[in-house]
This record gives sequence, C-alpha cells and structure tokens, in this order.
Amino acid sequence: MSTNHRITSLPLRRPLLLAALLLALPLAAAAQGAPAASGSTTPMDMGAVPPMDHGAGAMAGMAMGTMQGGRAPVDARSGDYSDGIAPSPAHGLPLHGSAPAGMLLIDQLEAFHGRDANGQSWEAEGWYGNDSDKLWLRSEGERSRGKLEGGNVEAFWNRNVATFWSTQLGVRHDFGAGPARNWAAFGVQGLAPYWFEVEATAYVGPAGRTAARLRADYELLFTQRLILQPEVEVNLYGKADPARGIGSGVSDAALGLRLRYEIRREFAPYIGVVWTRRFGATADFVRADHQAVFDRQWVAGLRIWF
Amino acid sequence: MNPFSPLPAVDLSRRRFVQGLALGGAVAGLGLLRPVNAWALTSPGQPTVLSGTDFALDIAETAVNFTGAVRPATTVNGSVPGPLLRWKQGTTVNLRVTNRLRVPTSIHWHGIILPFQMDGVPGFSFDGIAPGESFLYRFQVRQSGTYWYHSHSGFQEQNALYGPLVIEPAGPERYPTDRDYVVMLNDWTDEDPERIYAKLKKQSDYYNFAQPTVPDFFRDVRAKGLGQALAMRKMWNEMRMNPTDLGDVSGHTYTYLMNGTAPAGNWTGIFRPGEKIRLRFINGSSSTIFDVRIPGLKMTVIAADGQDVQPVPVDEFRISAAETYDVIVEPQDERAYTVFAQTIDRSGYARGTLAPRQGMQAEVPAMDQRLWLDMQDMMGAMSHADQGGGHAAMPGMEHGGMDHAHMDHGAMASMAGTPAPVVHHARTEYGPGVDMHVDMPRSNLDDPGIGLRDNGRRVLTYADLHTIGGPIDAREPDREIELHLTGNMERFMWSFDGIKYSDAKPIHFNTGERLRIVLVNDTMMNHPIHLHGMWSELENPHGQFQVRKHTINVQPAQRITYAVTADAPGRWAYHCHLLYHMEAGMFREVVVA
Repeated sequence: MSTNHRITSLPLRRPLLLAALLLALPLAAAAQGAPAASGSTTPMDMGAVPPMDHGAGAMAGMAMGTMQGGRAPVDARSGDYSDGIAPSPAHGLPLHGSAPAGMLLIDQLEAFHGRDANGQSWEAEGWYGNDSDKLWLRSEGERSRGKLEGGNVEAFWNRNVATFWSTQLGVRHDFGAGPARNWAAFGVQGLAPYWFEVEATAYVGPAGRTAARLRADYELLFTQRLILQPEVEVNLYGKADPARGIGSGVSDAALGLRLRYEIRREFAPYIGVVWTRRFGATADFVRADHQAVFDRQWVAGLRIWF
Repeated sequence: MNPFSPLPAVDLSRRRFVQGLALGGAVAGLGLLRPVNAWALTSPGQPTVLSGTDFALDIAETAVNFTGAVRPATTVNGSVPGPLLRWKQGTTVNLRVTNRLRVPTSIHWHGIILPFQMDGVPGFSFDGIAPGESFLYRFQVRQSGTYWYHSHSGFQEQNALYGPLVIEPAGPERYPTDRDYVVMLNDWTDEDPERIYAKLKKQSDYYNFAQPTVPDFFRDVRAKGLGQALAMRKMWNEMRMNPTDLGDVSGHTYTYLMNGTAPAGNWTGIFRPGEKIRLRFINGSSSTIFDVRIPGLKMTVIAADGQDVQPVPVDEFRISAAETYDVIVEPQDERAYTVFAQTIDRSGYARGTLAPRQGMQAEVPAMDQRLWLDMQDMMGAMSHADQGGGHAAMPGMEHGGMDHAHMDHGAMASMAGTPAPVVHHARTEYGPGVDMHVDMPRSNLDDPGIGLRDNGRRVLTYADLHTIGGPIDAREPDREIELHLTGNMERFMWSFDGIKYSDAKPIHFNTGERLRIVLVNDTMMNHPIHLHGMWSELENPHGQFQVRKHTINVQPAQRITYAVTADAPGRWAYHCHLLYHMEAGMFREVVVA
C-alpha cells in the first residue's frame, strides 16, 4: 500500500477534522478488537461510514455508502465461470498480481532544535509482501546530548482487511534511557476519508502494562512538489513506568508541520516545526528533571524512500 | 505550445525529455550490443517492410536513444518499432522468431484469428521462446486490415518489442487510396518498466503531476464561490479517489513516439495535394490512451481494429491502448499538416507531419486543458441526479452550436428512454482489492469520454462505428457472462470481479456457442479489454450489433456488452491492455472447450 496521498481537501476545515479524527481514533481502536479474529467487517465498516462524516451532505454520504465498502448483497452472483475446468498447468507462469513488493520509507530523518535540547530523530517504516499479507516494520527514536534518549522498533504481520485498511499484529521493543520494555502490539492502519493517513496501535506488556499510540497525518499540496505534511501523535499508558519517566494516562502529544520539496518523489528535504507537550504524571517527571513540559522544536531533515 | 520557441534554461532538460531527440532511435556501434542495420536500409521513422509468407524475426537487445540517454530496448530485427510485416489474406505465413535475449520471450499477433498454439502467450499457447531458441509460428491468414504484434512476456512490450502488421485483402481494397502510411503510437521510457511497476505499487500516483493543490482550491473559491469549490471536492475526498487519475504513467517518464520518432524528430509522411492517403493508426502503447487529430484535415474513419466500417468523417478520435483505426485524409493544399496525438492526461504528445516535402512543418497545437473526471465517470447514470458534485451531470445538454447533436440525443435517450440496466455485483467484489462499485452504470456508446466532451470538434465515438456486413454470427447469444472491471487505485490492485489472475479460475466458453459478455467498469479509469483468438462484437445499448473489434475500451462507470462466437478451441488470454493493470492482475484465462 502506498503511503503518500496528494489530494488536498478542505484547508479551512482542517483543524476541525483533525480534532474529529483524534476523537474518533480511540473508538476505532476499540471497535477493532482482536485483529486476528476480526475478519474483514469491522475496519471495512469504519471505512464505509467515516467517523468524521459530520460535514457530509446526506446524498453524497448515501452515494458513497453504496459505492464503497459494504457487504455483498444476498443475491450477489458468483465470479466463477469455470464450470469446473482447471486452470492451465502453467497458470503461475505469468505473475499477473502475485509478485511480491517491498518499500523502505524514512519519513523523518531530522535534526531538531528545541528550547531544552538539540538532537536528531528518525521515523521510518518498511514493508515486504504481497497485496494481502506483509511484513511491516516501524521504528522511531531520538538522540540528544550525544546519547540515545529513546526509541522503539516494531514488527508486524500486516494484513489488508478492507479497501483502505489493514490490521497489524506484532511486537514492539523500547530502548534508550531507562530499562528496555517489550510489548505485544495490535492495531489498525489505513486511509480515512479526506485522505487522512491513520495509525492506531494498542500495546500490552508484562506486569500489566498497557499503552496506545495514535497517529494521523495529511498532505497539503501547494504545488506538485511543495507539500506540507501536518502530523499528530498521542501516546497513552495504562500504568506508570517511573523508570522510564512515564505516568499513567495521556503521556504526551505532538503536532508537527513539515514542509518538504520533492526533488524526486523519493527524495525530499524539508523544514518544519514540532510542538510537543507532556501531560499528567509524565509531565511531573519532566518537571522533576528540570525540563519544560511544553517544547517547540525547529526541524530540518530528509524524507527518503526506496 | 510551440516546441521550437526558446524556453528558459531551467526547462531545457525537461524539454528535451518531452520532445525527445530529433534523431533519436537505434544507436549503432556501441560494441556491447548487436549492430543495427535498420538505419542503413531506411531513413528514420520509415519502417523496414517485410512482406511475403516467410519471415525471420530476431529478438535482441538494441541500444536506443530517444531522450539523450542511451538505453537498452528489446527489439525485433533491431528497430523500434519492429519491421512492418505485410501479409496477404488467404496465404499461410511462416514466422521463425529467434530469441537472442538472456530471458524468455514471445510474440503475440494482436487481433489475429489463429490456432491457440500460435497465439504467443506463455503459459497458454506455449512455454515461450527460451534464450537462444527459435519458434516457428505457422498459420493461415484469414482476415485483412491493420493490426500489430508485441511481446506477451513480462514488460518487454513496454521496452519496445512491438511492430505494425498490415494484411492486404485477397480481393481489391474496399477504399482504394494513393498512399498508405502506418502511424504507430508508442510510449517510450528510459526507466526499467519493472521499476515503474514497483513505484506504482508503492505510490500509485507517483507519475501524476497534475493533482489538485491548495492554490487550485482558492482559484475555484474565487471563480465559483466557497460552496461550489467545497462541493466539487467533497465526494472525491470522502471516497479517497483522485479526480485527476486519468493515467497511471505519464509524460513525467514517457517520451511519446510516432513511428519510432520523438516529437522533435517530426516523423513525416509525404503526399501530393489531391491524393487520398490512408493512415493506419496503431496504439502500441503500454499505458497510454491518445486523442488524435490533424488540424486542417477531416479524417474519414474506414476501419476499426482491422475491420472495415461505414465511413465516418471526424475531426478527432480517441485511440485506446492496442486499438487500431484506419482513416483517409485528402489534403488539397501544398502545405504541411501536423498529426497530433495528445495523451488522455495531457501530459505529453506524439507528433508528426504530413507534407509535400521533407523538412516542412505546421504549427503544433497546444495541448487541451486537463480536466477532472466528471460525475458520470464516477457514478455512471446515477450522476443525472447531480448531488451537487459541481460538474454538469451530463455533457451535451446545452446546444452550443456544436456538431454533435447526436450526442445530446443519445444522452437524453439513455436518461429517459433506455431502462437502466440491472447490475449484478459478484460476491468477490467486496474485498480489499475493490475501491468502488457502480450500481447504475451508463450504457450509451455515444460519449467520446473525459476531455473530449463538448470540445467543439466532431469526435468519434463507438456509436459511430458500424462494421460493414454485420456480425460474423447472426445467432442471438445463448447466455451472458457478466464481469466487472475492478480495482483499488490506492494499492494499485486490478482485477476482474475483485479476483486477481493469480487467484482466478478460468472462464469457460462452450465450443461453438454464441455468448454475450457484459462488462461493467467499477473503476474510474478506462480499460481497453482484449479477448484473444475470437472477435468481440460490440452491441449497442439495445443489444444490436454495432462494431467488430479485438479490443474494446470500457469507460469509467460504463456498462457495455459484446457477443462472442466461441469457435476457437483452446486456452486464450483475456485482459486489460494497459500493461500495468494486466500485470497487477486484470487478466483471465478463457478456455474454449
């Protein structure tokens, strides 16, 4: 699945939609349930009846409802016209749809300059597989004051379950400052109406630890090559983890705006600004460490894919 | 756009890329590749003609240079396109094809009626031609007209393994002419086609550089008001569909060729004023649909896909991938005329000239504006209700003094008179591989398609085409096979009925039966659908015979039907002729048994 979307929609409504999207995400994640057993209906329904559809007119909503997603009607015909005749013995000779593909996207490889700290950070993902099943890897992290502050790497079995949605089942490993943590991970990712790229993942670790991460981004084209990418990310934890400076509840949120220029589709330098804020008990840990709860960082980096 | 006007330096590389080289083509003397003899025999753009009944064709890698970069092409006898083969109806031809590549290859004779073992599709007809080996194709030529040949192995067709094929009728030509030119249109890329496919899989809009932008939005707000600007984007954005999705691969990578000549090279066909000239247009592109016109000349269409039709005078026609159209032009003046073939996405064009002498040229017209897909391309007949999509629901509702009153009529008929056909979606169309369903497709054939509607020119439509002599088989079809053209543009998945070829069972035709194929295009792209081995006899919306073709372009949200006589036992390929759609899975095996 491609990870880039270039339709501009309604710039004026963006903040409203972003807010609606954020509210909808936990619901979507909750509705997701256990992904391995969920089959194809739940995420598909989510796609067909978008949670942020409050602005849509009734008629268009209806038309879209019938034109996308949904279930086969009871009188749907069979697509099998073989009358029991077997395919050519050399059926697999032409690939026509069965060739695997792969991609590595380094979405953010950047230097940041904040009030408290300077450093570098990355956010990357890669996948390999066919149209229905893929191995999906993600990693993010940051380095400042010359040492690795924190990061994680995730590995998923990514299964396409609906036109724009896939489920993810896998593991996450946290590294960096504090003790390493391991999690089982399950989530959903896809493309919501109005071209929001959405990712919602829930985590369960030893000793009753739970966590969730929600992420959404969007692309606004100023030209065919000059693209503004807003991104929001929220992290939640079910249980405090003082050794890693994490309190329970919403721990932190970030809003980034990155303006890139695609010299090639695959190669785009960017500049941007990121606002981060820590909340609740997590903020207390930060204060105790004599750091700011709120930070604004200037960033510059590269977006590269292969 | 005048391609010869000076452009800013910053555009030079791009200009050279789009325009190509004046003297592009096969490059000899590089040492690493086989020497090329086509240049010695003919001037650039004039094909090597091979005629008779016995042919030796060598497939090899040849260095070519269309853009300033030397690249390997996969060629037949060292030229791009391959040699023009001239056969005679009623003869038996022997074609020995030798593979001098390091990979298997094949040649498929597109549109030719022959035994399935001679059809050249690896996996169905034979195992392909292994490196260093030869294969002897031998079959009787039963038809006449304009066709072409191309590889059916991997992406070799994109890499220039194609050529024109002209079959003289056993009797006299129905429309005798003074001159006869093949005009073969192709899309050349310096990129490895496998890389193009891989890019589309990663980012399906990779080659689309005409996407809606924020400035477009504010321009529309100023021009139409905020409400309308929002409304025209609403459904597209809700559905996550792109209104500028007219082609997968664009002039961003393609250099468009006319008879193997880039626009700057200006392929030229010579004429004397007053002569009748037959132009045999062949779209041998892998992923390009062209809109063809010759400003200043009326074109009379006399054949479609090799089959003679009742003459239709037009200003312009759309030629989808793998289609052929023969037209007659009769220039009266001692002047040059531009043969202009712009792509459906207006990202580039192929261009040549008809002139009394070499070296002449006429003005090259500017490309038409690139339009967004219309509501009827998304919703078919349902767009009549116009839910505030912002675009006119149906073109041709206003009589602008244009020469297509028939179209208005047709649109009205399909709206009021013809009952909306019942659509039967397959159970398999509700999976991840399908991004939309059209419940009320349009079935009228008199729509020239996106970008050509109401353009002030007389544009050919399928409703204009009437094969002379009627259908090959007068029987009413015994049964119907309904297939839906389906896809997921976002993930670049393409299929019939939501099932990719790799997961699909064959389609069974009973030997000797006359059956009807119903195709419903559940996507927003055009799909030229090609059935091997048997004719596709297109019907009008009332089920009456219209035109006999080998490749039928199905427009977005359109339903078309055609009759097939299953008189060719064997295994046959059936697929979308956009190479990347075929490769992604829009392909089926047909078994006649």
